[in-house]
Amino acid sequence: MAHLQESAVKQITEIVNRYKDEETPLMMILSDIQREYGYIPLEVQELVSSLTGVPVSEIYGVVTFYSFFSLTPKGKYVIGVCLGTACYVKGSQLVLDKFGELLGIKPGETTEDGLFTLDVLRCVGACAIAPAVSISGKVFPMVEVKQVEGIINQYRAKEA
Amino acid sequence: MVKIKSSEELISRQKECASCLDKKFHGQDGKRAIVVCGGTGCLSADSKGILDRLQELIKEKGLEDKVTANIVGCFGFCSQGPFVKIFPEETLYTKVKVSDAEEIIEKDIIGGEVVERLLFVDPQTKEKARRQHDINFYKLQKRDIALRGNADINPEVIEEALGDGSFLALNKALHMSQQEVIDEVLKSGLRGRGGAGFPTGRKWQFAYNVQSEDKYVVCNGDEGDPGAFMDRSIIEGNPINVIEGMMIEGYAIGAKNGYFYIRAEYPVAVERLKNAIKQCEELGLLGDNILGTDFSFRCHIRLGAGAFVCGEETALLNSIEGQRGMPRPRPPFPAVKGLWGKPSVINNVETLANVPFILLNGAEEYAKIGTEKSKGTKVFALGGKVNNVGLVEVPMGVTLRQLIFDIGGGIPNGKKFKAIQTGGPSGGCLTEKDLDTPIDYDNLVAAGSMMGSGGAIVMDEDNCMVDVAKFYMTFICDESCGKCSPCRIGTKRCLELLDKITEGKGTMKDLEELKSLAEVIKSNSLCGLGQTAPNPILSTMASFYDEYVAHIVDKKCPAHVCKSLMQYKILPEKCVGCGMCARNCPANTIVKTDQVPVGKDPKLPLRVHFINTENCVKCGLCQSNCRFGAIIKD
Repeated sequence: MAHLQESAVKQITEIVNRYKDEETPLMMILSDIQREYGYIPLEVQELVSSLTGVPVSEIYGVVTFYSFFSLTPKGKYVIGVCLGTACYVKGSQLVLDKFGELLGIKPGETTEDGLFTLDVLRCVGACAIAPAVSISGKVFPMVEVKQVEGIINQYRAKEA
Repeated sequence: MVKIKSSEELISRQKECASCLDKKFHGQDGKRAIVVCGGTGCLSADSKGILDRLQELIKEKGLEDKVTANIVGCFGFCSQGPFVKIFPEETLYTKVKVSDAEEIIEKDIIGGEVVERLLFVDPQTKEKARRQHDINFYKLQKRDIALRGNADINPEVIEEALGDGSFLALNKALHMSQQEVIDEVLKSGLRGRGGAGFPTGRKWQFAYNVQSEDKYVVCNGDEGDPGAFMDRSIIEGNPINVIEGMMIEGYAIGAKNGYFYIRAEYPVAVERLKNAIKQCEELGLLGDNILGTDFSFRCHIRLGAGAFVCGEETALLNSIEGQRGMPRPRPPFPAVKGLWGKPSVINNVETLANVPFILLNGAEEYAKIGTEKSKGTKVFALGGKVNNVGLVEVPMGVTLRQLIFDIGGGIPNGKKFKAIQTGGPSGGCLTEKDLDTPIDYDNLVAAGSMMGSGGAIVMDEDNCMVDVAKFYMTFICDESCGKCSPCRIGTKRCLELLDKITEGKGTMKDLEELKSLAEVIKSNSLCGLGQTAPNPILSTMASFYDEYVAHIVDKKCPAHVCKSLMQYKILPEKCVGCGMCARNCPANTIVKTDQVPVGKDPKLPLRVHFINTENCVKCGLCQSNCRFGAIIKD
């Protein structure tokens, strides 16, 4: 736990205390930490364990079970390509493949420069605008394969 | 806020709110009302921006005493959103953009004229429809039970829900005995809307019969079926209605606490639910001694974290308890030993949204709607290859044909209907021969699918059914929790066989093996996820066996979807020799031949092109760039 910054320890303690009146609040605590930091590394799991009394093995089991929790940091922009049925039948797999090809990563991975993470989404419920791609909260409607390069460049340009 | 402490206070407050709402909708006090769709679909098309702009303009032009503007739930006709509706005329504007706000204010609100160009145009008759009920999409629907108030009331303001009659059903229930409430629900014939269709009243009865100091009601809002968003819209559009349903259930079984388990992917639904719970607490409608009775009840929210299996009720309970979302063996059933070991009833969001209607209008009134064994309405998320994508609520017993062609407006681009997939990864595909089947729980099972939670994905001739089976199997492989081996290993083996078949390497023996494996998984898995996982394979095999055989024997994908079994081809008689395909080909695999295009001067450099299939990566860029329709999939 030595290399957790003091401010992080303080904030995580605050998150744990937030739910002290709830029964079995582990999922709520982990969700808040994931949202705050983007990932839940082992040191943080140890801290949560010491604060809640839940064995770290159990916490690790939970973190690795749910797709929302991540052990490694995500990229600055998380590209989520919806593979819900409505998007899939309208060709979103091809869109996902194109993102993977151009970024040189597989779904779930992050580019070396830490800029992009490619994720598969299971239905964001925007079926009317299928195929939908969500990039850090912004939804791109009816994405075609030929637009993919332009979308990536748009975000790269922001960084240049 | 002044607390509501008794039945009488509720009724008088309800009357006040109802009269406010009535004035709003009928333009009394000389004030008009603009409502803007606030469902997730429209919000992602910037409906919030439209509302902000409208409010800004109202302020700028000093129209505050002439018109109000607020958000409502979901209009359901997602492919035509965002919507703006104007009361009292009930004019409905479709596909509105932020830049249209000015014209709506200038022309309609100030000038009193309809903005014609924003009206819905019927794709068949080309006629414009000014009001919602003039549109075919809405004509066969009955959107006043589960989707009650959804496109009318402001889901962030409890007074509007009160005005719409919320809590009157609870008030009525609190004057009945617990057993009477359960009997009413039993008599209504309400069955679980999560998919399996278990009679709701019987579930309640089990939990009521168990003696325990603590009992729990749990609302299953872990809507993981890809392509389904019924529960999300219900909560987003009228969270109070679901809370009321949960409270009635809590009273009936003797529970003091209710837990909502909602997908973390639904931030808008979660926010509105939180806000609604807070407002209920402020009014004293949640808490101790509700409406002056002995009934005390509290609502809590727990979020999922992206695991499909948590929609399975015992996995959901484990998740609330801070564990991996793995199902528990049954018995003991949750009604006996559920959340934290106490008797619990788990009901789907839509099921609970039906409860207030039943109590308020009586079981008999409810049972008039629907078929003999499936009562009431069902909400479907209609999507895929259908013109009118959206959320529909129909009485049980409408046919699939009415759903797809009358409400859904048929298949886009003149393509042919191939199948409709219901029940998501647990369901199956229904085809042409099933189109006239009235939709109810038992008919859909008899036809080889299931009701499921309400996802209804339409597929046309361009969809490959083997690929669809593979899609669902990939999903299940990802989402299998791994606890029991038939599901964990079996679905993986199924996926490998499907991969083999779609790559053109399958044999007829693989097909037999796939079928027997599917049967084993079905009969040996621990929970509903595994037991139903092979359904997409079995149902596509039953209806589209020829398609499987084509992949194996002819090495062809009839729908040209499976990449290994298709290639792009240039039709020499259509190619004009422009070279757009070659310039856009990332693999540089398109070459010029010596052939002069039909009708072109040989002196020009134009020549028919040819795709060298050996190096083709099948990206399809040539086809999307060809303006002459000369490139086909073969």
